[in-house]
Amino acid sequence: LSVAVAAGRPTAPTEAENPLTEGLERLPPPPTALVIFGATGDLARRKLLPALYNLAHDGALPESFYLIGVARKEKAHEDYRAECEQAIRRFSRRTPDDDVLKALLENVKYVPGTFEEDSVYTELHRLLDEFEEQAGEPLNRAFYLATDPSFFGVIVGELGRSKLAQHAQAEVRVIIEKPFGTSLEEALELNRRVLAVFDETQVYRIDHYLGKETVQNMMAFRFANGMFEPLWNRNFIDYVQITAAEDIGIESRASYYDKSGALRDLIQNHMLQLLCHVAMEPPVSFTAEEVRNEKVKVLQAIPEPTPEEIPEMAVRAQYTKGHAGGEDVPGYLEEEGVPQDSITETYAALRVEVDNWRWAGVPFYLRTGKRLARKLTEVAVTLKPVPHLAFSQAGSLGVQPNQLVLTIQPNEGVSLSLVAKIPGTRMAIRPVNMEFLYGTSFLSQSPEAYERLITDAMRGDATLFTRNDEVEAQWRICDPIVEFWSSRQDRMAHYEAGSRGPEEAERLLREGHRWRAV
Amino acid sequence: MPRSDAVWSAQGTTPDAIEAALRELLVQRHAENERYVPARVLNMIAFVDREWTGEIANRLRAVGRYSPSRLLVLAYEPRRERLDARVTIVSEGEPDAGGFALLRETVVVELGDRHLDDMLTIADPLVVTDLPTVLWSPHGHYDIVEVLLALSQAVLLDSIDEPIWRDAIDRACKLSERAYVVDLAWLRSTPWRERVAASFDPPRHRPELRAIERLTVRHHPASTVSAMLLAGWLASRLDWQPGSLVARGDELLGRAHAGRSSIGRQDVALRLQSAPALQVRGLEGLTLATASGRELSLDRGPGGLRARARDPRGVERTWTIPGASRGEGGILGEGVRQALLRDPTYVPAVEAAQAMLP
Repeated sequence: LSVAVAAGRPTAPTEAENPLTEGLERLPPPPTALVIFGATGDLARRKLLPALYNLAHDGALPESFYLIGVARKEKAHEDYRAECEQAIRRFSRRTPDDDVLKALLENVKYVPGTFEEDSVYTELHRLLDEFEEQAGEPLNRAFYLATDPSFFGVIVGELGRSKLAQHAQAEVRVIIEKPFGTSLEEALELNRRVLAVFDETQVYRIDHYLGKETVQNMMAFRFANGMFEPLWNRNFIDYVQITAAEDIGIESRASYYDKSGALRDLIQNHMLQLLCHVAMEPPVSFTAEEVRNEKVKVLQAIPEPTPEEIPEMAVRAQYTKGHAGGEDVPGYLEEEGVPQDSITETYAALRVEVDNWRWAGVPFYLRTGKRLARKLTEVAVTLKPVPHLAFSQAGSLGVQPNQLVLTIQPNEGVSLSLVAKIPGTRMAIRPVNMEFLYGTSFLSQSPEAYERLITDAMRGDATLFTRNDEVEAQWRICDPIVEFWSSRQDRMAHYEAGSRGPEEAERLLREGHRWRAV
Repeated sequence: MPRSDAVWSAQGTTPDAIEAALRELLVQRHAENERYVPARVLNMIAFVDREWTGEIANRLRAVGRYSPSRLLVLAYEPRRERLDARVTIVSEGEPDAGGFALLRETVVVELGDRHLDDMLTIADPLVVTDLPTVLWSPHGHYDIVEVLLALSQAVLLDSIDEPIWRDAIDRACKLSERAYVVDLAWLRSTPWRERVAASFDPPRHRPELRAIERLTVRHHPASTVSAMLLAGWLASRLDWQPGSLVARGDELLGRAHAGRSSIGRQDVALRLQSAPALQVRGLEGLTLATASGRELSLDRGPGGLRARARDPRGVERTWTIPGASRGEGGILGEGVRQALLRDPTYVPAVEAAQAMLP
């Protein structure tokens, strides 16, 4: 929000300022028409439409808001509105208010057709013009690509050809879902095609992890608390461990997951973004460009792994049958839709280093997996041990170096392991935890990531979106591993469903380091 | 969601004994299950007439997750001689596997006239140290508010509740000098302020902020304060110098002198209209007109605000801006949440409203 005053006292408004925004926690975005490609797909039904409803419920949509769904199937506007209503009623985080829902759906239209068809874009043009006529003013346009990634380039190209990518009097933005390519080559090609039509400032690449309050909190934690920064470097930190464990299997996503695998599904994007949040330098300001400049520097400081290094720094594995939640569960190869000879990894662990002044020599361990013992996403920072422990070893229990754990889910919080004296006559010590749970200290509920991200995109704030050079740098780290693994079918490790992961992951650890329990 | 409570009560007790009981109950709950953790967000001190404690409890129940983490209810009954207390620790259900369950504490202390002189020594030990404290006195008792301000960083009030709305504005101004004021009447206007701000936010519309020449605010007959605050907000943000309003029938009329930045230095005509048909407290609608001929009206409607816009060529359109009512429970909850924030625009708005008092 623009700040026109000091201490709430007004000054005369100028043309450049809107003094009415001062003091407001939020400002609804400018009038916008949102076009969802892939409007009948899972993402639209489960996430985007409920997010739009919840924004409407909170009065946080633009004053004039129009929605157009684009998908292959032929159907009337009315039928699409009915589908939207059904999806919202089923997946919204709150029970919809009938009147609000009706008001939202009033301005929803549908365009049927394949994404290559000229007629789709002609009709889009017509509807967008009609909406502008109805609104009595130019509308910003946001094109949300919620389709299979193979259509991203096609849609963007068609938007360019049909002159929908620019507007003389309004902003035009394109929001692109992950995955942004499945390899460096694809990402480069997609970026080339996108940037041939749109300027980078118009492109919003979604990584919904960045929309999570918990991830944003990491920056507040690091840069708003003076006590951590002096320790936040190679002199005091021994190693960093980032875990994204899931207790569920692949559910009904076999066709997507088997083409992707754990490395591409989570490490290439979410987990490297978490690493950036841990390792980045403090930005000059929290503007989109400054934050992303700092993150990309971290990614660029991670060396591209060579084929010789990969066996030493990366482990992949597949789950075999086992037990989860007290029930027998099948192994990955027995899951419906998974080819019997699949070499897709359901677990990946890496050891990477950030070769810069702050982090040289500090290993960052990243691991993610399906069907592990429990659901957990956390960043654990282990400090170096004290140089000399002058306490009685007899009677002291499990003394370990201090560990700071930032839990992202399920219970967002911060925990610091300390060593304390065991009550009694002897000077014996053991580790204890100092825990802080965000839920105990805030009244508000975190907004859903998609609500935040859609609002930011409509408002033109790209801070929580991934820039082209970030995406490419992420692929530069992961691509050699993907290639190496796909050429070595014999190197797949296995772990039992419901376990803590494969034993082979131990070999990534340097001496004295250990994986935290999942 | 199932609730589970731990309760302690005593008659003729002392603050020390109450505080010890609170600690003991928390230890017991933690021993039952270490995933019970006390919420530590905000203390609320509510000074209420004892006969209305049930009504206040009902209002606070409606705020849901915005409940203060420790609520200290000082239930006043003039002739009461004895200090009685009841402590309840509530958990909103059982901890999930791997999760936790928040505990919230309510302390009700029944007291009488003889305790008023020692009010601070009764309340002080019963609020959690280092947490911000908000004070709420829904039944008046402003002399007690003065005393308890020493323990509070914020005061929750609802200017609409004051029988005489002029007094409400004067009181809000006075309290603002000593503490951060969260006024529920102000919070009811938030959606209206957001929409007006957003409406003029596109760069092509911003110059029109300097060309507003007419403001009409429609309000519930008992919510004149809300209309005054909204007019005061626009006046303070846009550098208008408002004069006193004049009552004419169900309306308050007046003018504000637009400052240096206004186009043509025109004045702004102000009209606050009572809307007897409105069933709920607060605002019914507003209309802003600019010198260029643009007019924007926002009114309550089903499913959101009904908007009507007329452009300088006279072309009109109407549409609904979706949004759900927060209800009175939602407003009170928002008040509790706002006690942790700071809105720098309330004081200038209420001061501008004070300048408009007839």
